[in-house]
This record gives sequence, structure tokens and C-alpha cells, in this order.
Amino acid sequence: MDVFGFGIAIFDSGVRLAVPLLFACLAGLWSERSGVVDIGLEGKLLVAAFAAAAASHRFDSAWVGLAAGIAASIAFALVHGFAVISQRGNQIVSGVAINMLAAGLTALVGNAWYGQGGRTPPLEGAMRYQPLTLPGAEQAAAVPVVGRLYAYVVSGHSVLVYVAIAAVVATSFVLARTRFGLRLRAVGENPAAVDTAGISVTGLRYAAVVIAGVLCGMGGAYLSLDQAAAFLPLMTAGKGFIALAALIFAKWRAWPAFWTCLLFGLLDAVAIRLQGVVVPGVGQVPVQAIQALPYALTVILLAGFIGRAIPPRASGTPYVKER
Amino acid sequence: MRGWILGVVAATAMGGAAWAQEVKPAIVYDLGGKFDKSFNEGVYNGAEQFKKATGIEYRDFEIQNDAQREQALRRFARDGFSPIVAVGFSQASAVEKVAKEFPNAKFTIIDMVVDAPNVQSVVFKEHEGSFLVGLLAAKASKTGKVGFVGGMDIPLIRKFACGYVQGVKFANPSAEVFQNMTGTTGAAWNDPVKGAELAKAQIDRGADVIYHAAGGTGIGVLRATADAGKLGIGVDSNQNGLHPGKVLTSMLKRVDTATVATFTQAKDNKWKAGVSVLGLAEGGVGWALDDNNKALITADMKAAADKAAADIISGAIKVHDYMSDQKCPG
Repeated sequence: MDVFGFGIAIFDSGVRLAVPLLFACLAGLWSERSGVVDIGLEGKLLVAAFAAAAASHRFDSAWVGLAAGIAASIAFALVHGFAVISQRGNQIVSGVAINMLAAGLTALVGNAWYGQGGRTPPLEGAMRYQPLTLPGAEQAAAVPVVGRLYAYVVSGHSVLVYVAIAAVVATSFVLARTRFGLRLRAVGENPAAVDTAGISVTGLRYAAVVIAGVLCGMGGAYLSLDQAAAFLPLMTAGKGFIALAALIFAKWRAWPAFWTCLLFGLLDAVAIRLQGVVVPGVGQVPVQAIQALPYALTVILLAGFIGRAIPPRASGTPYVKER
Repeated sequence: MRGWILGVVAATAMGGAAWAQEVKPAIVYDLGGKFDKSFNEGVYNGAEQFKKATGIEYRDFEIQNDAQREQALRRFARDGFSPIVAVGFSQASAVEKVAKEFPNAKFTIIDMVVDAPNVQSVVFKEHEGSFLVGLLAAKASKTGKVGFVGGMDIPLIRKFACGYVQGVKFANPSAEVFQNMTGTTGAAWNDPVKGAELAKAQIDRGADVIYHAAGGTGIGVLRATADAGKLGIGVDSNQNGLHPGKVLTSMLKRVDTATVATFTQAKDNKWKAGVSVLGLAEGGVGWALDDNNKALITADMKAAADKAAADIISGAIKVHDYMSDQKCPG
């Protein structure tokens, strides 16, 4: 394979790996911008992945699976919302509980239904999302550089990948340009002021938590209906937490979140593709060094390059009306 | 008073094993549970087979986290169960500790060696089974390039890889083998997404047969090879049926046979502490041939694999064991 082809393969793989991170990161962004810290992203991804795989297997349709994944994720989001918005519970504790509940529940129910150690059977045909070929991709493949980028990196993913990119655009637009978005950001900075203006803090925060649920639902469905085409216990493998790191990295903004997740995905892809490959001039890079690369880069970038990351001021504190 | 009587009863039960002839077998499964379609399920199948043949009941326990290993083992030992089968290499330290506390109970650990007077260790010659599937992979490959995806980077998995490489080179000395490990933590066993990406990377480099020894991660490897129209190779139990016609074969570890053997030895009073190593000669490892993959295995391939198996048993072919010196030749 030529060097360019190798680069293309890394980009292609990086996009795939970035998508679940991006969904989770945007979910965290919505939630935290409204003042609700969400470390339950991992749990929501996991429960969505399970529900999506199970429903898709039962009804032989990836779309039904996606709907079920989103519904399950929203249900968990509402539990979190009820605990921390209505009951004013500790947001970290509730998030941890969500993660533990999801890890245990999916494995338990999966084992009871399928008897395969929590796994679902492999999904075939209509049960999973197939890659789409964008118009003109085949012709474009013949064009050097730009054409090949279009044909192999932009085209050839499943529909959820394009939904993820649309979600970035939508998030950025809604938060910055609409009345709802402005109020939502205000509620994360100074809920008392929003309350004084006669707008429901509770309502806005619930809306944000539900949006986070929808996004996590799509992220989880992408994992089980596209990437792995089956559910396995703990298959999220820490993606929800990496998404949180990406969120801090991106300073709670939509487009930076997109670029950060893409960077993380690319680093992961590089780590995968460079394993065992002889790099000219360096020789074979040790596996451990490659695998540590994303983490090392994260630490370096966080420490030196992005400056201070300041979270929304009211995030983490439940809102209590003053009397 | 009551405690005293119980104590006497317990002492008689333990000391009188010779005449009691009663075995109370128990099993502690590893994380993953008894229906994991793999290692633990093999033990379960063996135990069920034993139960059907002898009518002797057994107890089992599925741990939910690492801390429960020791508790479960101690609990069974205290209740007078023997032999107690501990499944998986990660139970080693727990077995070592509990075996010391209950010198009269018999313990069998599968997949790891624990040196104690009342512990039987059952390990497998995975390198021999991997050699055979490596040979088949090289024969099935059209590009002369094959792949290996391991789970966590530990010596045991390197042993699989090393045997595989030797098998590939035996059949085709000019073949190229790509080796990847998924990670260095426990999460590496449960990351099908990364498994699929590793497999795709190897396929991009020209591999057309990929062997995995990566637990749940391997499900992603088999998926990626099946999607790309290439061949995967399963591990531990027969995984040919996961993608019929797209899985070349599976490297089998006969944990079921091992379980039946240890229970039967205990029943017949022939159970002995020490290490038993099960290889091709003992029927402890092998490769799977069934309806799902019989179209993929040509008569020539089968003959070559059978001949190599016979040569390994007779000693004409020596498969190097990575764990003996932490090195792999070639």
C-alpha cells in the first residue's frame, strides 16, 4: 500500500472510531451546558447499545433498534434527571450509579435472554447499518487526493456517521443562535437569573438531559448496530469517559468538540495501524509506546496548549429557589 | 455442644474421604460467566456430562467481580466441597491462599499452575493447537499474508501467537504474519470495536486469514473478516457457527474433557496434586471441523493438519512454547 493509501485508511478508521465519542461528547455538552454534570455517559451508551442490539435482533430492523436504543438511553437520562434535578441529589453519585446499573443490568438481562454470557447473537443483514456510498464516490475514486479522500473517507460510512456530523451543526446552531439555546446556556451559568425572568429552570434542565439521552442513544446504537454488529458486556470500554475528557478539551463548545473527538479517533486509529508496522528510520515501534500515545498526547495538550478550561459556572450544583 | 458435634462430623467427613467415596464437586467460574460460549461454558459442559454419567450433583458459582474469587473458594472449602475447580488463570492467587487454609480439600485450577500439595493444575499446550490452525491458515491464504489478533498482552497470549507463527511458517516459509495485541488492560478482552479495527488494518495490509485469541474482542475480529469476505479463526471453543462459511476453523481447548477427568479422578480416588499438561497427545487441544467449515477445509489441508498433529505427538515436530523462555523463534 502506498503512503497516501495508508493515510487514507487511518483517516477512514479514525472517523469510525470518533463517532461514538462525538455522540457522547455532544450529549455531555448539552447536559453540562445546562448545569447538570453527566458522568453517566458511559452507562447510557452501554444501555443504548444493548437495547439497540436486542430490539434489532428481535424485529429484524436496525431502525427499530435505533429507536429502542434512544428510548433506553432517555429512560436512564430521566432517572439521572429525576435524581439530580427534582430531588437535587449529588450529580456525580447519580452518574456513577447510572454507570454501575447499566453495566450490571445489560449483562444480566442479556444472559437471561440469550444465555451467551450477556452477549447478543451476531446481527446480520437488515439488523445492522450498512455503509452508504455517497453519490459520485465511485467516479471520484479515480481523481487523485481530493477524489480519493471523498471516496474513501467521506463516503462509505453508515447513516449514523452523517447524523453525528449533523448533530454538531445543530448543537452549535441551537446553542448559539436560538432563544432556547441562550436560555439553556444561561441556566448553566446563572439559574437564579433565568428563574427571575420567569423561565423554568427545571424544565430547561430536563430538556437538556433528554437531548443528552437521545445523543447517547445514537452513539450506543452506532456501537452495536454498526461497528461491532452485536452487543457484548462492557463493550463501550471507557468511551464515555474519554468523551468527558474530550469535552473539557473542547471547552464545552460544539465545533471544538468535533475536532477533539476526531483527533482522539485518529490517534486511536494511528495506534491500531502503527502496531507492528516498521516505520522508516525508526524501526518497529513497541506496541506499548503506540498504545500510550493518545493518553500521553492528551496530557501534553491539556497541560500546555489549550489553556484554562472553565466549565459552566452552575454545573454540578442543584438549583434551589431562594425564598 | 452443637459446634463440637459439627466439628467432629466435619473432621470425619474430611478425614474419612477414603471410605466415604462421596465426592462433592464444586466449580468457581471466571468472570464472563458459565454461558460465555467459550472457556467457562466448556467447564460447565464437562460438569454436566459428569453429572449425567454418574448422577453426582455439583455446585457452582459465577463470580461478579475479582473480590469474590477468594470468598467463593473459601465458602466451598468450608462447606466440605472437594474437588473445587477454579476456572481461569486469574484465580491463581486466590487458590494459592485458600488451598493453604484448607489442606484437606482438593483444588483444581484450570489454565494456570499453582504449586501446593493439594492443588492440581491443568494447563494446555495452546501452542500445539495454534500450530495446527496456523498451518491451515497458511494453506488457506491466497495472499501469503495472515494475521493474529491477541487480547491482553500477556505471556499466555504470546504463546498462542508463537505457536501460530510456527505453524504458518511450517506450511509456507515465505508467508508473512501480522501480529497485534488489543491492549494491556482487562478491557482488551471486551472491545469488539477495536478488534474489528485491528482486523481491518491487517486486511488492508493484505491478510486474508486472521486468528484471534482475544475473548469478546475476537467477536469483532470474526465480524470484520466475515464482512470483508476473508476468513477468521476462532479460539477456545468451536466458533465456526458464528459466521458459517467465513470462519476457517477454531482452535479448541478441551476444558470439558479436563473437567470430567478431574471429577472422575476424585470419584475413583485417583486424584493427584501436581501439574497436568494437556496437549495434542492427550486430546487437550485440537481444531474444529464441522458442517460450518467443511467446505473451506480441502482434503489436502486436512491431511496436512492430521500429519502435523501425528508428528507433534510423535515428537518429529517440536513446537516451541513461548512461556518456557519468553522468546519466539523466527
